[in-house]
Amino acid sequence: MTPAAASQRTGTDTMAARSAAPALEVSNLTVEFRTRRGTLTAIDDVSMRIAPGEILGVVGESGAGKSITGLAVLGLLEVPGRIAAGEIHVNGRRIDTLTEEQLTKVRGREMGAIFQDPLTALNPIFSIGAQLIETIRLHTDLSKEEARQRAIKLLREVGIPAPEERLDQYPHQFSGGMRQRVVIALALAAEPALIIADEPTTALDVSIQAQITALLRRLCDDHQTGIMLVTHDMGVIAETADRVAVMYSGRVVETGRVEDVIHDAQHPYTKGLMAAIPSLHERVDKLAQIDGSMPRLNARPPGCAFNARCPAAGPRCHRDKPVLVPAGRGEAACFLHDGGTE
Amino acid sequence: MDAATPILSVENVSKEFDVSAPWLNRVLEGKPKMFVRAVDEVSFSVPRGSCFSIVGESGCGKSTVARLVTGLYSCSAGDIHFGEGQGGRPVRVQMIFQDPHSSLNPRWRVGNIIAEPIREMKLRTGEAQIRARVEELLATVGLAADDADKFPHEFSGGQRQRVSIARALASEPELLVCDEPTSALDVSVQAQILNLMRRLQDELGLTYLFISHNLSVVRHMSDTIAVMYLGRIVEMAPAETLFNAPQHPYSRLLLGTIPDIHAPKRERELQSGEPPSPLNPPAGCTFNPRCPLANDRCRRDLPNLFAVGETSVRCHAVEEGRAQEMPSAG
Ligand SMILES: Nc1ncnc2c1ncn2[C@@H]1O[C@H](COP(=O)(O)OP(=O)(O)OP(=O)(O)O)[C@@H](O)[C@H]1O
Ligand SMILES: Nc1ncnc2c1ncn2[C@@H]1O[C@H](COP(=O)(O)OP(=O)(O)O)[C@@H](O)[C@H]1O
Ligand code: SF4
Ligand code: SF4
Ligand SMILES: [Mg+2]
Ligand SMILES: [Mg+2]
Repeated sequence: MTPAAASQRTGTDTMAARSAAPALEVSNLTVEFRTRRGTLTAIDDVSMRIAPGEILGVVGESGAGKSITGLAVLGLLEVPGRIAAGEIHVNGRRIDTLTEEQLTKVRGREMGAIFQDPLTALNPIFSIGAQLIETIRLHTDLSKEEARQRAIKLLREVGIPAPEERLDQYPHQFSGGMRQRVVIALALAAEPALIIADEPTTALDVSIQAQITALLRRLCDDHQTGIMLVTHDMGVIAETADRVAVMYSGRVVETGRVEDVIHDAQHPYTKGLMAAIPSLHERVDKLAQIDGSMPRLNARPPGCAFNARCPAAGPRCHRDKPVLVPAGRGEAACFLHDGGTE
Repeated sequence: MDAATPILSVENVSKEFDVSAPWLNRVLEGKPKMFVRAVDEVSFSVPRGSCFSIVGESGCGKSTVARLVTGLYSCSAGDIHFGEGQGGRPVRVQMIFQDPHSSLNPRWRVGNIIAEPIREMKLRTGEAQIRARVEELLATVGLAADDADKFPHEFSGGQRQRVSIARALASEPELLVCDEPTSALDVSVQAQILNLMRRLQDELGLTYLFISHNLSVVRHMSDTIAVMYLGRIVEMAPAETLFNAPQHPYSRLLLGTIPDIHAPKRERELQSGEPPSPLNPPAGCTFNPRCPLANDRCRRDLPNLFAVGETSVRCHAVEEGRAQEMPSAG
């Protein structure tokens, strides 16, 4: 879809054909933080692609670079963070070269964001109706009354009972789960091609988590939105995503279909991660554990960043950096799949 | 030491918090005093050397129970008894918290953090002996002797949790109260800490009161599990029994909704409602607004704990034998 066509979209003809362009295409993205103690490379040559109507789960330990990847796509990196290399295309349009002003328009219209804490996304002094209507009118040509009707429709769609009445209430009058639903309605307001959801259920209780992930799934199917679902919880990925990208120390180390990565992991880190998750079905005496922890940005070893914890590491792993190559039914960045570790 | 007497017995314990608006506002706005019953007539006992876990959603009262047991809060009603500790002295209780970052003094070296209870309780005399004990404790939790000279910020999250465990062990406790000890850790590091805790339990004969919202972690650690809802225990059973044959509709909801990597539930949108406000709990069984089996009796009368085999459960439907009708959550 061309930008002009996008701006004419009223938002009511939701299923209008999306172009075949990927919702998101990130190529060789590198993000650096310039600090007094030198330049830290938080994201190191990351590529990923999300088709319309697809949920890509991005999983990894804290500090692996999941959130920074999402923020870079949204154009929300804060100084001293900056994109040092690579390209980002959303719905077929390159966005990493846009000015802040152009980007503000694209964000909201083409990209929605959902973060862990719904309170940060909602303004406490405006009713949720006012916030929804404002967002809808900013990105569409709807009249005030039409926007109100659309706000009610959106709230109903995200599962808020009696939306006509809830419209005039304020964020503090909603529970955590209900607030996250409102945030999802806001993210959907302009029918974006892509939604970045960073730990959208981490702050919620399990029974509510399941409601929200199921809601994301349904909305993604109904609207053919591409979703980048960032989480450290493999269970959430298993129940929500189509494909998964496993990040470790600023790089994607494995990607593939969710079932394949869970049942037939190819990278030693992913294998260890899957084995370390306690089972709901049987009790073992000792969990498989990966010793050590992920290196800090300023203490990354040369070669493969996982080499100090990897049971299969060989001399080459301490010398060269592995890149994603075909492995199993997906891809892994490991020399075991690329000529060996000698 | 009598192995049969429980190391911890909690008997009909309740805790109320005063959450009223300030006095002046109350008078001006004509509002009554308000109380929240964070813990409501909770009873359980923990055999020596076992792991008793409490699960439930945020705000159900898990941490409040932990704080009552460690004496950080006093009970509004009921009693907490401890068995005998080593050499006939009273049981020593220590607590491990979720966030090892805020529970360790950032300006102290790790060696000092661990030595403090040893000095305080005069468990060793002379600096050399204290240092030797600190190094022994560091080794016990899988850290190196020279880690004693570092500051907490020099460690990763998992290593900091090892430091808090070493400090908790320094006072030679019999009972460790662990409130979400791995919730702030990554999965790969969580496995290290859970393995360490299980090993320490075997080696030192520790007893755990373990609190977590993560059911797979709880299953891995526990002998007995209590499920709490809005301040009350609604089901208590041996771990295997609870997982294989949950009785209470809320336990079934919980077990049915946890994400499971081996049996993902992708095609289901649940309308399971949300916990009500603890300030204004519903009459009768507090789970009734979310319960598919609720009837008039549930909306009127609070169910009592009822025994089904080794399980205690607080539910009219189970007691009346009509709980099988529940639409399966899993
Ligand atoms: N000091 C306090 N003053 C007033 N109310 C409190 C206090 N501590 C806890 N509460 C209330 O008591 C109830 C139980 O709280 P508690 O911290 O025990 O929950 P929890 O089960 O540990 O939850 P979480 O999983 O979020 O840690 C909640 O409604 C809480 O708001
Ligand atoms: N403002 C900053 N300055 C320096 N480093 C940063 C900054 N923000 C994030 N980082 C680093 O970038 C890496 C990736 O962070 P992030 O994307 O937040 O990880 P996560 O995978 O947990 O979401 C981490 O090592 C983090 O410490
Ligand atoms: S490249 Fe080498 S160190 Fe890295 S994961 Fe593969 S085998 Fe292990
Ligand atoms: S007592 Fe009634 S409302 Fe409560 S859990 Fe049992 S069936 Fe449901
Ligand atoms: Mg993050
Ligand atoms: Mg708590």
